[in-house]
Amino acid sequence: MNTALWAAKTGLDAQQTQMAVVANNLANVNTTGFKKGRAVFEDLMYQNLRQVGASTSQTTEAPSGLSLGTGVRVVATEKVFTQGSFNQTGNSLDVAIAGRGFLQVTLPDGSIGYTRDGSLQLNSQGQLVTASGYPIQPSITIPPGAQSVSIGSDGTVSATLAGASAPTTVGTLQLADFVNPAGLQPHGENLLMASAASGTAQTGTPGLSGLGTLQQGSIESSNVNVVEEMVNMIETQRAYEMNTKAISTTDQMLQFVSQNL
Amino acid sequence: MDRSLYVAMSGAKETLLAQTANNHNLANASTNGFKADLSAFQSRAVQGPGYASRVYSTDATVGWDGTTGSLAQTGQELDVAVQGDGWIAVQGRDGREAYTRAGNLHVDVNGLLQTATGHPVLGDNGPISVPPYSAINVGRDGTISIVPVGQKAETMAAITRIKLVNPPSTSLQRGEDGLFRTSNNAPAESDATVSLASGVLESSNVNVADAMVQMIELARRFDLQVKAMKNTDENAQITAKLLGLS
Repeated sequence: MNTALWAAKTGLDAQQTQMAVVANNLANVNTTGFKKGRAVFEDLMYQNLRQVGASTSQTTEAPSGLSLGTGVRVVATEKVFTQGSFNQTGNSLDVAIAGRGFLQVTLPDGSIGYTRDGSLQLNSQGQLVTASGYPIQPSITIPPGAQSVSIGSDGTVSATLAGASAPTTVGTLQLADFVNPAGLQPHGENLLMASAASGTAQTGTPGLSGLGTLQQGSIESSNVNVVEEMVNMIETQRAYEMNTKAISTTDQMLQFVSQNL
Repeated sequence: MDRSLYVAMSGAKETLLAQTANNHNLANASTNGFKADLSAFQSRAVQGPGYASRVYSTDATVGWDGTTGSLAQTGQELDVAVQGDGWIAVQGRDGREAYTRAGNLHVDVNGLLQTATGHPVLGDNGPISVPPYSAINVGRDGTISIVPVGQKAETMAAITRIKLVNPPSTSLQRGEDGLFRTSNNAPAESDATVSLASGVLESSNVNVADAMVQMIELARRFDLQVKAMKNTDENAQITAKLLGLS
């Protein structure tokens, strides 16, 4: 069928994807540590129907040819790793990462996930776990009867036990960083997984070698900007409508042919 | 058969091609750095005996709209937009130097600076590789400076410059992959007057209102051509009827 219809159809596909990304961003406007997504478009290949510069006689050549584009495609939906704002919670097990880096989480299948959601909790064994119950890697266990827990900006976790005057160090939170964080694969549950595009994780102490520091008693809120998403949504909707119009117009042209000839 | 049928048919066919180009522009109404395709009709006279009435039309891509698209703030350091005229040099899949205005760059796993479509960005000395950094900045002239991992902010070091060019638009052609290349295959000279803005992206320069009007105009023109074909058909039918034995 005619490429005019297909070019417009790719436009609809792309805008639909864009809308899905915007909707997901808006739905996660209150998700702790969420990083907004962004759809990246690219124009599809061009068909060269008449070659520019082809000879029109022995001494002359065509000054312009005809190359028709075939539409648009979504190349990627990438994550935008700008810092979200900090919300003070006062909860001693909440940590926010100021700067680069991710907390490491051991998943039930033994693989490591990465997250910026620092609303940590304790499980029945006293282990530090994420809100989904996955233990933090390296594993940290708070002894029973601890009166208070403090987490330093370098990740040192110390607990004050009942009857003790000085706190004891029970472990150190480590952060992981990637060469290309945009290449991390979103996994759901606030987790990102390493991929061939992101590179392997380099772990380290918070605050050293370019990693961010930890801030106890705060959580990083979503970096979704609601106004920006609203503008994106309007733009997407209008572009979708215009591509629909392009399809119906092309359809009418073809209909006119079949009815009149 | 009456030649007017063929003249009208070529008009309708070429109008449909122009509609394709217009639909392509509309489909790319939100592609970063996209430049709208401009198409125009050209007359092609066919010489022959008799009355000179055979002038066919052909649709031709006469270039692209060179206006700058609107700039959208993103806040990401590696989102760059060329301000005014100029292009960012990248390496095409064929290894040749190509030019684009889509500036959503990122650093891949090997430290290579790439566009979102995976084309390596060229510096003064070929593809740019960026050492591990804790902060990155792209200057107005395309200079990339980084704070290497483990260093303090005062150790900001310039590593290289993104190659920015500004060849005359008549010497550029859009390739089948949507990137622009010089028509004589020679890489364009880098131009120090081209300036980049960091933290912004250039949106598509397709004027949607214009494209919609264009769409209506092409559709109506197409209808006229089909009407002309229908009239020719009716003329032929009446001729057959008049000459027929009744």
